[in-house]
Amino acid sequence: MAQVRSAGSGTNFPKPPEGSWTAHYPELGTEPISYEDSISPEFYELEREAIFKRVWLNVGRVEQLPRNGSYFTKELAFANTSIVVVRGRDGTVRAFHNICRHRGNKLVWTDLPRQETSGNCRQFVCKYHGWRYELDGSCSFVQQEREFFDLDKADYGLVSVHCDAWAGFIFVNLDAEPQQTLAEFLGPMITSIGDYPFHQMTDRFYYRAVVGSNWKIFLDAFQEFYHAPVLHAKQSPVAARPEVQLAGYEGLHYQIEGPHRLVSSTAGRGWLMPRKDLKPMETLTRSGLFGPWDAPDLGTLPAGINPGRAKWWGMDSFQLWPNFVILIWERNWYLTYHYWPTSHNTHVFEGNLYFVPARNARERLAQEMAAVTFKEFGLQDGNTLEATQIMLESRVVKAFPLNDQEILCRHLHKVTADWVNDYVRKRAEA
Amino acid sequence: MSDALLPSQFSNLEPYAAKWCLPTERQRFAQRMASTMDEMQAFYDAFFPRGEEAIAYCEKFPIDDMPEDAQRLLQLLYSLVMVSFPVEVWRQPHVPDAGASALDLVIEPGP
Repeated sequence: MAQVRSAGSGTNFPKPPEGSWTAHYPELGTEPISYEDSISPEFYELEREAIFKRVWLNVGRVEQLPRNGSYFTKELAFANTSIVVVRGRDGTVRAFHNICRHRGNKLVWTDLPRQETSGNCRQFVCKYHGWRYELDGSCSFVQQEREFFDLDKADYGLVSVHCDAWAGFIFVNLDAEPQQTLAEFLGPMITSIGDYPFHQMTDRFYYRAVVGSNWKIFLDAFQEFYHAPVLHAKQSPVAARPEVQLAGYEGLHYQIEGPHRLVSSTAGRGWLMPRKDLKPMETLTRSGLFGPWDAPDLGTLPAGINPGRAKWWGMDSFQLWPNFVILIWERNWYLTYHYWPTSHNTHVFEGNLYFVPARNARERLAQEMAAVTFKEFGLQDGNTLEATQIMLESRVVKAFPLNDQEILCRHLHKVTADWVNDYVRKRAEA
Repeated sequence: MSDALLPSQFSNLEPYAAKWCLPTERQRFAQRMASTMDEMQAFYDAFFPRGEEAIAYCEKFPIDDMPEDAQRLLQLLYSLVMVSFPVEVWRQPHVPDAGASALDLVIEPGP
């Protein structure tokens, strides 16, 4: 363990008394790990059943449903389904499988059947034969009802999906009987940030990409920053590159609770940096990768933020099992990541940046600078994922060493294995 | 008289307005990928020194009620952000080591 502390020429932030973050969670081990879970079609089939069809999944925020009758659809490829999430006449948010009970047509879609859509309506009407459904899912109208045989509309409501919300984040669970409530599932580490003013941050940049890698490969890329000084070196002004790479990377605080994990990190403080280390556009806009330099006043933040009470705190990345990340910045904005598997070696990535609404053009331009910079870095990450996936699939190498700064990758693959093993065992017992 | 797209005090930027006053990030990103470094360098060199002046001009107006010429000036500032990485860092329109990847902006705030 001593080698871990002395390796590299970083800043040597304190580690737990065990000598490393990984040793602090001994169930993780320190052995090289297999990436078979990211290249096997058979394993992906198990993940669909064991994980994605029985876990709470975030599908959006309440601000996407501003009025009674507001709805959006979500494609859930891992379950071969689409759901519609809607705010009813009573204000309650509900979720349904997006299928007409008559002959199985997709109920809510616009021009392209596979494309997500959103809008506002008084009721849902099927394009095919005109069956209608209330916003609470009940069937209210059957075209030429007298032509059917002993049909009772009460038996033909939409198929509901378990739906709950926390801190304005809407979650669904496809399991017939979820094993845990949403609050139980989230646990104290996550719910302790529930009072963060997410609802104030309604200026939103929503990015989407189809990625040629397993969903966990991208999660791994964004849950360690060991890569950042190297992969993204060409994003720094030339004068700053040697320092960036030499410094390496050390996290401030790592925390694991149940299936969820957290890394707290420093972040660039442009307003304190010499101009030679900044891009001129950063100086002009007072903004960059780490967000606008001039932060809005949010008052006191909830106790769950910066749980390690790190002095040089710049951000918390909360990794919610299995595929949802909330990243909260010291400059008082946040972003989310979602990784939606579509096969064993493809997934859809979504990134959302959320800011307190700009009051003027200067603040809006600072948002633009942060968002454009996010994309420049994200494009490098996305390309690298495909390069990783391609070679993992060669199976030339079967075990890969992870260092202490990659502890969260180790945890993700362990939790994945635990859920799949648990499912396989219960299925064998049944 | 007014074919001008921008507020009169920024008339020296009119030659760039038709190409770079674009309302969405998708259009601005596509314009960058379709431009040469010489074109972007000329735009940057003409506009960057007046960047602070342009921001100060735009921020006088309520964000949700900007005159059209000020909105176009703000779009021109967005485009300055869009060309800044190629001009200031990479000397090429596309992100290094990002050949095959795409990241589409689906929703963005106004104006």
